[in-house]
Amino acid sequence: MAVLDIRDLSVSYSTPRGSLRALRNVSMTVPEGKIVGIVGESGCGKSTLISSIIRLMAPNAQVGSGEVRFKGTDLLARSEAEMRALRGTEISMVFQDPMQTHNPVLTVGQQMVDIQYRDKKPKAEKLKRAAEMLALVGIPDPEARLNQYPFEFSGGMRQRIAIAMALMARPALLIADEPTTALDATLEVQIIKRLKELQDEIGCGVLFISHHLGVIAELCDEVVVMYAGEVVESGTVRDVFHNPAHPYTAALLDCDPGHIKVKTRVLPTIPGNIPDLVNLPKGCIFADRCDKRHKACDTRPALWTARAGHRAACHLIAEKETA
Amino acid sequence: MLTYILRRLGLAALITILAVTLLFLIIHMIPGDPVSTMLGPKASPELRAALEARMGLDKPLPVQIGLFFANMLRGDLGMDVFTNRPVTTIVLGQIPYTLVLILSSILWSAVLGIALGCYSAVNRNSLGDRLAGVLSVSVIAVPAFVVSLYSLLIFAVKLQWFPAIGAGEPGAWGDQFHHLILPSLAIGLSWVGYIARLVRASMLEVMGEGHVRTARAFGLPERWITYRYALRLAILPTVTVIGVGMGFLLSAAVFTEIVFSRPGLGKLVIDSITTRNYPVVMGSVLFSTLIFVASTTLADIINAILDPRIRAGK
Ligand SMILES: Nc1ncnc2c1ncn2[C@@H]1O[C@H](COP(=O)(O)OP(=O)(O)OP(=O)(O)O)[C@@H](O)[C@H]1O
Ligand code: SF4
Ligand SMILES: [Mg+2]
Repeated sequence: MAVLDIRDLSVSYSTPRGSLRALRNVSMTVPEGKIVGIVGESGCGKSTLISSIIRLMAPNAQVGSGEVRFKGTDLLARSEAEMRALRGTEISMVFQDPMQTHNPVLTVGQQMVDIQYRDKKPKAEKLKRAAEMLALVGIPDPEARLNQYPFEFSGGMRQRIAIAMALMARPALLIADEPTTALDATLEVQIIKRLKELQDEIGCGVLFISHHLGVIAELCDEVVVMYAGEVVESGTVRDVFHNPAHPYTAALLDCDPGHIKVKTRVLPTIPGNIPDLVNLPKGCIFADRCDKRHKACDTRPALWTARAGHRAACHLIAEKETA
Repeated sequence: MLTYILRRLGLAALITILAVTLLFLIIHMIPGDPVSTMLGPKASPELRAALEARMGLDKPLPVQIGLFFANMLRGDLGMDVFTNRPVTTIVLGQIPYTLVLILSSILWSAVLGIALGCYSAVNRNSLGDRLAGVLSVSVIAVPAFVVSLYSLLIFAVKLQWFPAIGAGEPGAWGDQFHHLILPSLAIGLSWVGYIARLVRASMLEVMGEGHVRTARAFGLPERWITYRYALRLAILPTVTVIGVGMGFLLSAAVFTEIVFSRPGLGKLVIDSITTRNYPVVMGSVLFSTLIFVASTTLADIINAILDPRIRAGK
């Protein structure tokens, strides 16, 4: 069974210009114990997606339709109290900016004890548990460092602390929103390695968002490519990266100089801009920038199956089959 | 922490020295001298010279300043020109009235202002928030002496709920408290609005920061996030503003003390300025300066206790 199963999710923001349709009919799954990556350029709705999973959305966001099934039950139908009970226990988050992630005026130890507030254990035991977790993510001398404040740690250390905090409760699902974007390349490799080891040990499912195709290739089992609020391609890393079925994915990989090996802070640029999400085009969402655009593209393509477990929203697939 | 406090105290001492020197010079530039005031224009030159010598006015200015500091350290601020009582005794006799007035004003207005600010931030754009906003802005606009006059007219003269003048019988706590309410209301009222606005703004800012999102993502109770995680940060600018605002509070206290004929530093300063009683002017202004320097220093130390980054000098 999938830990996370998102079905047909649509989310929009109300803006002065009208309704901005940030996610449209997004479906994807995170199988138990697997790491699923999400790629897509800035503004394609990655953060919107994860904030609707954990239901910490901007006040102007509305869920139009769909289900977010976690271990089989729909999170969108839960009460706020039931949701809060899941956060930090069954579902944990690591955010993008490690410098902003922790409260600046409380010690790391205090914050790590606070998030164990549900356990009826003495504080000393909670501190011990926190120190163990810090040791696991590779922070030397953890007992002493628990008494320090976030500003006394480097960015890489803080991101490790964030990972330690997220995994402390041994969640069933870890969501990481560009957890390594703010770090330099060597640190990124270290943290990714440690994350993978811990994930292996805990056996949790991971939803991993990154701009870095190389990291996704290294870390993930499956990948979901998003474009302008839609899933345009999904499948195993091997299928999607070596045999892209969607022209957008192909373009992403083409612009990446070292072909998914070189670190990029932003996704490689493809000529043109993402469409306006308030006034959406009629046909294929990628048509404006697609070099394979043809007549059929004036209608919206469905998600076609290219091969087992590999799907893409492009007319070319259906045409190849019928041809 | 200790080094921070020591550093901050050193700075406070430096500021005091500079401020006192400046004050000394300014007072000496005011036209009219204490000797003619005391002895009248027809006094004989010998008598004038004798008094000038007694007050040290015949020495060069730098020496006068030096002597002033030396005496100040011994707690000697000279003699009242008229009553011949030590200035220190006179000023110390008045200071408690002013301090009680200022501290009570800031205490109630801070408690109310912080509560209102939090309420507004948590219930942003609700009817209550809007109402609090309108009220805050209107009380900020009203100066303390206007509130003094109107509250005096309404609550003391018309309704007679509170006494109109004085500070109450010495030793009678209830009576003194009764006398404190209207002046304290007058001084604190606009601060409620000011602090409420300030706390609301910084709460909203802090609640939008990444660490609050993290706390929510770990399912911490919302109340906990508001008061333990956010307020502790949001309160920092308010503490600074109150510390620096001690200057405004002191000047508001001057007006209020006059309106309510309340003893205190304010009345003392005004009375001694109009009679050119230099040593008393100097003494009371010196103590006001000390209060101001002490309050800004205290505000900084409180902030350093609340925020480890300040302690570390980051
Ligand atoms: N609160 C909001 N109100 C209105 N529009 C919003 C809001 N939050 C996001 N958007 C818009 O929704 C779209 C998706 O934004 P989102 O933050 O989910 O993208 P993202 O893929 O996470 O981008 P990035 O890679 O830059 O983090 C964007 O067009 C963005 O401008
Ligand atoms: S449907 Fe057409 S326009 Fe869209 S990606 Fe495929 S070929 Fe390009
Ligand atoms: Mg984002």
